[in-house]
Amino acid sequence: MVKKKESTLVNMVVVLFVITLAAGLSLGYVNDLTLEPKARARLAKMVRSLNIILPQYDNNPIADVYKFKAEFAKDSMAIYPALRDSAFVGAAVTGTSDKGYSGIVRLMVGFEPDGTIKNIAVLEQKETPGLGTKMKGEKFLRQFRGKNPSSFDLKVEKDGGEVDALAGATISTRAFSEATQQAYDAYLEYRQKIGKPDN
Amino acid sequence: MADTLNHKQNFLRGIIKENPVFVMLLGMCPTLGVTSSAFNGLGMGLATLFVLLMSNIVVSLIKSQIPNKVRIPAFIVIIASFVTVVEMVLEAFIPFLYEQLGIFIPLIVVNCLILGRAEAFASKNSLMASIVDALGMGIGFVIALTALGATREILGNGSLFEMRFLSEDANTLILFILPPGAFIALAYLAIVFNRLTQKNG
Repeated sequence: MVKKKESTLVNMVVVLFVITLAAGLSLGYVNDLTLEPKARARLAKMVRSLNIILPQYDNNPIADVYKFKAEFAKDSMAIYPALRDSAFVGAAVTGTSDKGYSGIVRLMVGFEPDGTIKNIAVLEQKETPGLGTKMKGEKFLRQFRGKNPSSFDLKVEKDGGEVDALAGATISTRAFSEATQQAYDAYLEYRQKIGKPDN
Repeated sequence: MADTLNHKQNFLRGIIKENPVFVMLLGMCPTLGVTSSAFNGLGMGLATLFVLLMSNIVVSLIKSQIPNKVRIPAFIVIIASFVTVVEMVLEAFIPFLYEQLGIFIPLIVVNCLILGRAEAFASKNSLMASIVDALGMGIGFVIALTALGATREILGNGSLFEMRFLSEDANTLILFILPPGAFIALAYLAIVFNRLTQKNG
């Protein structure tokens, strides 16, 4: 049996102090080490999503980001414009909904200049694995591509819209549709604000 | 010679005789929570294995310095530090897994498997024995979580490690992906596991 230190007050205070100090220092060190890779991972994810949902572009949409506060959303909206040969070819817009089955659903929607949805990427969701998470699947996303929300009602079929809900995940689909609608509204407002760019 | 034999028994004990999930029923929160797919189970198992190994090493090294009355807070601080390290490293280098496991990574801190091994084993045994113990228990945990995740993914989603063998439209037993399915699958796996190991013993 190992002989332990006596549980005197001084011993206890000193030991706990040393342990927490060592823990704090090493955590600070690891935090410093991972700070840069963490930021890079987040950026890489952003770029990956942009590449999927935007038409071919030659500018840096992340640097050209346009942010504004919209009446219909709690957070400020971010718009990533895509330019090719200095001509506006589309934009990626973030949309959020907190009506998901468990927490926030955050999307990035790529629009062509006339407001047609090019593609949608899911940035953040905590939906039920195997049910709501299928919103990331090709089969679900396909129905949005090439649709213009001005003529395509972004509501679940059950609510009188045209979105085909995921089996067993109507609530997740509702949140997804709401976030897409929000992105579209933001896109319209953005187009009004910057005037009609040539295309 | 006797020593190596002990290590071997010690190692196998964690996997079979005292398998943390199927026999001891320890660490049920991550076990039931994240095993909706085989990949998630494997990722959670490996993260836990790392924390368990590191905490056993440190606790075993400084066991003589920890006064008895404050041993639990001391263990928890050590475990929590390693969990935070895992969380930061996962976020930086394996963001995909970090997103999948989400809230369950910080919850490794309260996994009673890890505190249990620190308290019951590492604080009383040598460094080498503690490492072997952590590896045995950790690998037992990884196997159990991966098996449970695989079972649930096959039955509930028609795929294994994201490789589909049923079409996306197929009617699978969605129940197994949902929380109640975790309990059902765990119960039957535990029965099968105990049945098989009894025969071997």
